[in-house]
Amino acid sequence: MPRLLLLAIIAAAALAAPFYFYSVTLMTIMCFVVFACSFNLLLGYTGLLCFGHAMFFGGAAYVTGYLLKTTSLSTELAVLAGGAAAGVLGALIGFLTMKRQGIQFAMITLAFSQFIYFVFLQAPFTGGEDGMQAIPRNALFGVVDITSNLTFYYVVLAITALCVFVYYRVVHSPYGEVLKAVRDNQPRVESLGLDPEKIKLVAFIISAAMAGIAGGMKATVYQFATLTDASWPISGEVILMTLLGGLGTLTGPVFGAAIIILLNDYLAGFGEWALVSQGVIFLVVIVFFRRGFVGELAAFKRYLARRSARHGTAAAPGAKTAEARG
Amino acid sequence: MNASAAVLPRDNVAAGADNVLEARGLTKVFGGFAAVKGVNLAVRRGSIHALIGPNGAGKTTCFNLLTKTLVPTEGRILFDGEDISSLRTSEVARRGLVRSFQISATFPNLTARENVRVALQSSFGTAYHFWRSLRAVAPLNARADELLEQVGLAGSRDTPAAELSYGKKRALEIATTLALEPRVMLLDEPTAGMGHEDVEPITDLIRNAAVGRTVLLVEHNLSVVSTLCDKITVLQYGQVLAEGNYAEVSNDPAVVTAYMGGVDE
Repeated sequence: MPRLLLLAIIAAAALAAPFYFYSVTLMTIMCFVVFACSFNLLLGYTGLLCFGHAMFFGGAAYVTGYLLKTTSLSTELAVLAGGAAAGVLGALIGFLTMKRQGIQFAMITLAFSQFIYFVFLQAPFTGGEDGMQAIPRNALFGVVDITSNLTFYYVVLAITALCVFVYYRVVHSPYGEVLKAVRDNQPRVESLGLDPEKIKLVAFIISAAMAGIAGGMKATVYQFATLTDASWPISGEVILMTLLGGLGTLTGPVFGAAIIILLNDYLAGFGEWALVSQGVIFLVVIVFFRRGFVGELAAFKRYLARRSARHGTAAAPGAKTAEARG
Repeated sequence: MNASAAVLPRDNVAAGADNVLEARGLTKVFGGFAAVKGVNLAVRRGSIHALIGPNGAGKTTCFNLLTKTLVPTEGRILFDGEDISSLRTSEVARRGLVRSFQISATFPNLTARENVRVALQSSFGTAYHFWRSLRAVAPLNARADELLEQVGLAGSRDTPAAELSYGKKRALEIATTLALEPRVMLLDEPTAGMGHEDVEPITDLIRNAAVGRTVLLVEHNLSVVSTLCDKITVLQYGQVLAEGNYAEVSNDPAVVTAYMGGVDE
């Protein structure tokens, strides 16, 4: 029951949020929440470090943008089409790379994403250095007008909620159990008669498609798609979000994405110092808070539970949460 | 020595249909070094068969060839009369030839029950069902708990494998292997790294698990081999040195020399 109550509170807060905060910032956070969830599915639950996830994010942004600009396809279908295109690209690249592991896999995916980046730079339909401008927000389902940021916020919220649910479902599915087994001990899974490469490929495709949906959303939020979305710093940023939030934790990507986007936003005025502070935060997390924001919080809760069990006194968990923050 | 190795295969082939697992002329060369040279091996259905030998004798290589972890340079492997030389580990596992590992091969972040359930999913057909909730695998829980109880882990059902003791991890590994209902279990040094007090329960566990199936194990601990195994094959320098029951093998002068004569690398 308390979990349901918590969900209700989160839902209420999400619905009320655009009246208190700048809706574009909130929508950016949600795009990156979906992107970070997709990445955590790979790194946290499959054990694959993909160093080129931006190719799915940026690639789908162009596909969604192109469809909206050249056809009358409704916005939600265009975003979905971006996700599907990223999924197809993921299937292709996954098929070619799945035999590799560890650093080799990271380097090969980086190479592929750089290749895709330069294709986008040269291809005429992307607008090259200028990017793809003035992407319209076609009517939702072909009827509902969503041009205002406030209305569009709820569309993005709905898609995000759906994606987070899908991510939750995959992690807590029969397949998710096998996936975690592959992450823990791949040769053993193979000795049990399962095909770990195929299992990882499925995760890679789901992850790529989800990253694509995130990219498609971002293209419709900002109404433009640029090369930056497909560049390697975006791949790095999503790694940072996932690690900061807590690797292999369910809600970690949500917090990681929110923290990084808000920091970028608040520190934007300091120019290069935003990057410097990001680097410092990253170092602190890697050195002192290996489990990330959510992971440390969970560990702290377990510690409190153990202590109160030992002393028979209930500690106050609410007041201490700030300490676990990176 | 070569003469005796040459005589053995004819014996084995004569036994024919009763051998569930056979290796013929198995050879593995690593960069010019033959770790296993023309090994013939026949594992009788329903027996507990041990592969022993001094360090560097090629036991583990031989084992990895039989489990398809390594590809043989030469030779054939027959499982129930079928040539499995070109199949992959997962494919032979689905046919009922399942291996264990020397280091305990559990899934540390999964609970004991989840560990067994992963193996059960292999034939249940839900391994790719990413859109369903875990209720889809609830029917497997009864069987998983039964297997855990069989190896004495009923009380650790919801404990992550990482938090289990070494002996319990090995027991969990056996439960996971048994979940596949293997016809042949290949165990890689099941008592390796184990304290004296853990050896006895594991030996009992293997004996119980072997009822109705065949077990081939690589083992260092000769006292385990002496009480557990029906047949022993001794390897040295990648070749079969001797074969027979414990009494025969332990009295073989060549084996005595190999073990006492300081051939350990």
